Amino acid sequence: MTSPRDLVRILLPVAVFAAGLALWELIVRVNDIQPYVLPSPLLVLKTLVADWPVLSQSLGVTLLTTLEGFAAAAIGGVALALLFNQSKWLEYSLFPYAVILQVTPVIAIAPLLLIYLQQQTAVIVCAWIVAFFPVLSNTTLGLNSVDRNLAGLFQLYGASKLQTLLFLKLPGALPYMLGGLRIAGGLSLIGAVVAEIAAGSAGAGSGLAFRIAESGYRLNIPRMFAALLLLSLAGIVIYGLLALISHLLLRRWHESALGKES
Amino acid sequence: MLSGTDTEAAGYAVRLRAVTKVYDTGVAALGPLDLEVRRGEFLSLVGPSGCGKSTALRLVAGLAAPSAGTVDVSHHGAQRRGSHPIGFVFQEPTLMPWATVRDNVRLPFKLAHAPAADADARIDDALEQVGLADFASAYPRELSGGMKMRVSLARALVTDPDILLMDEPFAALDEITRFRLNNDLLSLWRNLHKTVIFVTHSVFESVYLSQRVIVMTARPGRIGAEFRISAAEPRGEEFRTSGEYAGFCREVSHALAPSYAGQADA
Repeated sequence: MTSPRDLVRILLPVAVFAAGLALWELIVRVNDIQPYVLPSPLLVLKTLVADWPVLSQSLGVTLLTTLEGFAAAAIGGVALALLFNQSKWLEYSLFPYAVILQVTPVIAIAPLLLIYLQQQTAVIVCAWIVAFFPVLSNTTLGLNSVDRNLAGLFQLYGASKLQTLLFLKLPGALPYMLGGLRIAGGLSLIGAVVAEIAAGSAGAGSGLAFRIAESGYRLNIPRMFAALLLLSLAGIVIYGLLALISHLLLRRWHESALGKES
Repeated sequence: MLSGTDTEAAGYAVRLRAVTKVYDTGVAALGPLDLEVRRGEFLSLVGPSGCGKSTALRLVAGLAAPSAGTVDVSHHGAQRRGSHPIGFVFQEPTLMPWATVRDNVRLPFKLAHAPAADADARIDDALEQVGLADFASAYPRELSGGMKMRVSLARALVTDPDILLMDEPFAALDEITRFRLNNDLLSLWRNLHKTVIFVTHSVFESVYLSQRVIVMTARPGRIGAEFRISAAEPRGEEFRTSGEYAGFCREVSHALAPSYAGQADA
């Protein structure tokens, strides 16, 4: 199972990480750098533990926003792709606007959204705007990549439009769709963070990004790092979970999930 | 001699009358073509790439409509539940990679409006016929090219069709596998009494399998020549090496040569 080669692939990045942290700790100590300029890794860890009540609450807020944005992006992206697939007219009419939403930087849209929408809604909408496009474009690509001969076979056996969609197009599009969702997971976190920073309001419902901005104003640099660490971990976990789901769904049949030996 | 009297009495399975096919791009792909295929006959269409032989199959299957002329496919006898008059085998196995062998063969029943009660038994029979009974729960990627083709054949046979349409089904396989599938197909044809229309670019394959070989001209495809392969049945490997077989191949190849005239890669 785990060959020496695999072991090296896991150990090398871990070693680099540990060496980086040690170097960082060393530089801070040797040069006696103040925590409000650059905190040492150990201090960041201590702050993470000490401020856990505040930070964990913020983490919960950000994760909930991300989840809501991601769910909206997944449902909205797939639904739009299905609509586009059923009607070319709809696709021609709406697709350019999806592209415009995608290419306009969300950081520039966020302040506008905050004027017209409630803050919590605006944050979710931001996460959605950033995340839905990869789902839409990948699912569309998947739905259009159906094997022509298989489609002919469905026609020969008199399949209805719904049967063709359920038994041919959707399973065929699944690998593409999952690829889109994997990108969307990370993007919805980015969208949530951007919107939180743009919103910039305090209170019980403030997420990690707000904690970072707030700590910055108060020169509480260790807490900034601690919050950043949490955000990064959240991103890794989201990606890992989506990759795992994708692997479990595709492992029996799709090329992307094949082991090297088979 | 061809024992054609009983098949002749049974009438025609497929009848094309002055059929032409012109694509939307204005390219004339086929015809005009007149073709009658007797019930139970094994007929091959041979011709260069792009001569419209695949198009002819798609017209018979109803996957495309002719630009002019008529396509008649007779639906013979009482239709059992879950039966379908036509089975189609493509050049690629055309399997759903996300479904097991069993579920791939089940597809025609799944799409049928009146599901067959004995679907499971018939799927077992079809897999048995192509020699894949032990691989029902495998996924297509776990199978070799020849085995995938057998699944495709089982799926075409499971609805007990009158007519089997095969579009260069073994072209992508290695020679040994192709020969084995040729023999298995011949024995299936003898036992199941299907009408087979077999499209191929291989003269050797067409002569080996068929009762009648039709050589098509270059685009737009028409009937260039027609041969009765009046060799004794059942045919086996010894036929492949016989002088009789070589003679038929020479005749068909000779008739095919003009179809390739003027093609740069000929």
